[in-house]
Amino acid sequence: MLKIAKYIILDIVRSKVLLAYTLLLLAISLTIFMSDADVTKGLVSITTVILIIVPLVSIVYATTYYFNAAEFTEMLVSQPISRRNILMGKFIGISSSILLAFIIGVCLPVSLFAFSATGITLMISGCLLTLSFISLAFFTSTITRDKAKGIGLALMLWFYFSIIFDGLVLLFLYTFADYPLEKAMIALTALNPIDLARILILLQMDISALMGYTGALYQQFFGSGIGIAFSLVMQLVWIVVPLFFALRIFKKKDL
Amino acid sequence: MKSRVVKIGLLFLLPFQVCANTIIVAPHTNVATLKQALTLAKNGDSIIVKKGTYASINTVIDKELTILGENHPILDAHFTEEVITITASHVKLDGFIIKNSKTGSMRDFAGIRLSNVEYVTISNNILVDNFFGIYLSNCLHIQLLHNLITGSANIENSGNGIHLWKCKEVLIKENYVTRHRDGIYFEFAKKCLIEDNLSEKNIRYGLHFMFSDDDTYRHNTFKNNGSGVSVMYTRRIAMLDNTFIENWGSSIYGVLLKEITDARIEGNHFIRNTTGIYMENSDRITVTHNDFISNGWAMRVLASCNKDHFTQNNYKGNSFDVTTNGTLKEIYFSNNYWDKYDGYDLNKDGVGDIPYRPISLYAQIIEQNPQSVMLMRSFIVNLIDKVERAIPSITPESVKDDKPAMKPWKK
Amino acid sequence: MEKIIAINGLKKSFGRLEVLKNVACSFDGGGVVSVLGPNASGKTTLIKSILGMVIPDGGSILFKGQSIFNTFDYKRHIGYMPQIGHYPDNMKIGQLFKMVMDIRQQDAVDTDLLKAYQLESMYQKTMRTLSGGTLQKVSAALAFMFNPDVLILDEPSAGLDPLAAEALKEKILEEKTKGKLVLITSHILSEADEISDYIMYLFEGQIRFYKTLTDLKRETGEQKLSRALTQILSSSSC
Repeated sequence: MLKIAKYIILDIVRSKVLLAYTLLLLAISLTIFMSDADVTKGLVSITTVILIIVPLVSIVYATTYYFNAAEFTEMLVSQPISRRNILMGKFIGISSSILLAFIIGVCLPVSLFAFSATGITLMISGCLLTLSFISLAFFTSTITRDKAKGIGLALMLWFYFSIIFDGLVLLFLYTFADYPLEKAMIALTALNPIDLARILILLQMDISALMGYTGALYQQFFGSGIGIAFSLVMQLVWIVVPLFFALRIFKKKDL
Repeated sequence: MKSRVVKIGLLFLLPFQVCANTIIVAPHTNVATLKQALTLAKNGDSIIVKKGTYASINTVIDKELTILGENHPILDAHFTEEVITITASHVKLDGFIIKNSKTGSMRDFAGIRLSNVEYVTISNNILVDNFFGIYLSNCLHIQLLHNLITGSANIENSGNGIHLWKCKEVLIKENYVTRHRDGIYFEFAKKCLIEDNLSEKNIRYGLHFMFSDDDTYRHNTFKNNGSGVSVMYTRRIAMLDNTFIENWGSSIYGVLLKEITDARIEGNHFIRNTTGIYMENSDRITVTHNDFISNGWAMRVLASCNKDHFTQNNYKGNSFDVTTNGTLKEIYFSNNYWDKYDGYDLNKDGVGDIPYRPISLYAQIIEQNPQSVMLMRSFIVNLIDKVERAIPSITPESVKDDKPAMKPWKK
Repeated sequence: MEKIIAINGLKKSFGRLEVLKNVACSFDGGGVVSVLGPNASGKTTLIKSILGMVIPDGGSILFKGQSIFNTFDYKRHIGYMPQIGHYPDNMKIGQLFKMVMDIRQQDAVDTDLLKAYQLESMYQKTMRTLSGGTLQKVSAALAFMFNPDVLILDEPSAGLDPLAAEALKEKILEEKTKGKLVLITSHILSEADEISDYIMYLFEGQIRFYKTLTDLKRETGEQKLSRALTQILSSSSC
């Protein structure tokens, strides 16, 4: 599978879209850091951008690439190589390419201008977010047959996770404001990879505010390493599980 | 003529000089305890205590003496009594390790107790595991310099590190207090100067005072104390260039101000506290040139405050800048730097052209529904905050900075 | 002689549409089999089933006596030329060949078509810049490259210029003489006429007939495949 990954990387690195994505991230990061001497403020702005753009580009680009390479996948299937290796090879190839863009576009400037615990958390959660949305892209691509539907579904997922979901959570909070919802809130967070990445960053950036919360469960969640461990593990689940289902479907899929 | 006067003066001084003895205390000698030396000594004498460990079960210093420890001799009360009590004025106590005073709820046992005295200096001592560290009651003109005061960090067996009751003109400088109940505690202590101290990891407050008017706090650091700093019922204090750092938890504040009037809070740093300043019933406070950095809430100003001025402060990296519980009246913000300000400065005079509203809608939402803290920095929250800032409808209209600074203030 | 491919009771439907209804047939080495049939008769599905791209609902496919389900190693012995070759945009021709060699862990032993189509001089070109015809040439060259026992060609001459199509035809005949099995789907009857040994006709997911070309012509008394087909199909429908 690494062989396939290698050639996919060689293909994607030369693509204009990926180059544009890299330059976009780089431009955003550099503009933010150059225009303001205040590094913390810069990290806040970058967080806002990352939580929106990274999932969007990751899921849409991966889905598009998946469908554009449909005939290529067929060709690969006609070769003596297992379907598992083909899909994993594609996943590794696509995700390393998009990660590379993220590393150059965000990690590099952050390391240069804002190398701190918050900066590192930002980089890690950005990478995990990229991977989980590529994993989701593979899932949506395997369950749909044509490109338009696949991209439509990908966009819907992005919109749901980045905007609708939190809106629903807010509504939920207001509807059941009189009940203790700590457990429910933590469980809800786990249902959204963007929220998980956000919480990871919050735990660095806003720990002072989070510690002001009175509830014992939140205190424990935020104050100890539990919150970080939980978010990281759930984030990994969001990478592994959609990919696992994609693999199961792909193994049985007619091309 | 002039030299003659000097000579006569010297003649007067001479007898005192001649009579002042120095008594040496050392283990296994004729004078093997401080108590022995005290019985031998007269007013004006010096006692030098050599290195060693001495039992000191409430040693009472009742003469005007200079008592110096060489290489930090240890005075140990073995948890049976107080270690040292000073009942005479003009005493200097320097260079000891003072440890293990009795603990208990009956009396406030202390490492060093000063009671009804004047002009006493306590310097360069190391206090370990005492119930109270240095305890002053009804004293005047005292200097506490460069002492290291460490408590047991045990909630039941901890009194205050430095405790002042009914004192005046006390200088507290360059001390380090940790693991006590309150680091520095004042009740009715007036006109004191508290300077260059570090109070950290105390169980309750790093600094705690009540009814202590006209005090000045300069260059102190209050770090990671159980409940931050709490000051109440006091007039005309000045808090200048102090650092309040990492005081975390619910109802824990960098500084809690309750019924404080006419105070000056200038040049302080509030860094990574859950709440930088909490203000209740506090009037005519001027808050200028402070840095509020990476706090959860930079300030919580309750509606009971009046005529307070916040000018030329820097608010950077705080999760929330200002919150309140009702309608603020006569609270003035001006010329502050807010990192969340996204207005513009067309005429390039360094002042933003549109006002900044430091109370965000989301801060109000959290106020009502604390569990929504989980949504911080989400897209939806950013969105409603932006909309609210553009068209204020719920957040108080009156709280705003009409002249927000475009660049942070530098000192 | 052992059958190279033996298919039994093969069934496949897409949704409600039954594409293959109980197809049974077998193929030997040393012959060219043309799989003919109208659109949507199941030609491509049959081929894709053999290649493991389509997973059948029932029946069995044996390759040299072994079931192909859940395996992929047998594909080492197959060269496949798809109807439309489509490769990653920024991949170079050379890279594609290199990659397939990597995957199969075989060297390019048969470079006849590479030479005939002069592809070696274009190794540095990326797929995006190639015309449809050139892509077909690449696909064809790739199918023959590893000297496989079985060649499966899906509409091979579509999009190829006459010279290239001729070269391909030569190559197919040459491989046949080496004892290989060549499976071709095609719409162009004249082409099938020239190179086929067997004709399989699929209609609505079933094999209408599967016989040698000579038998077919003899039974119908026609000299040309197209006429023979017309006759046999019209007679049976009456």
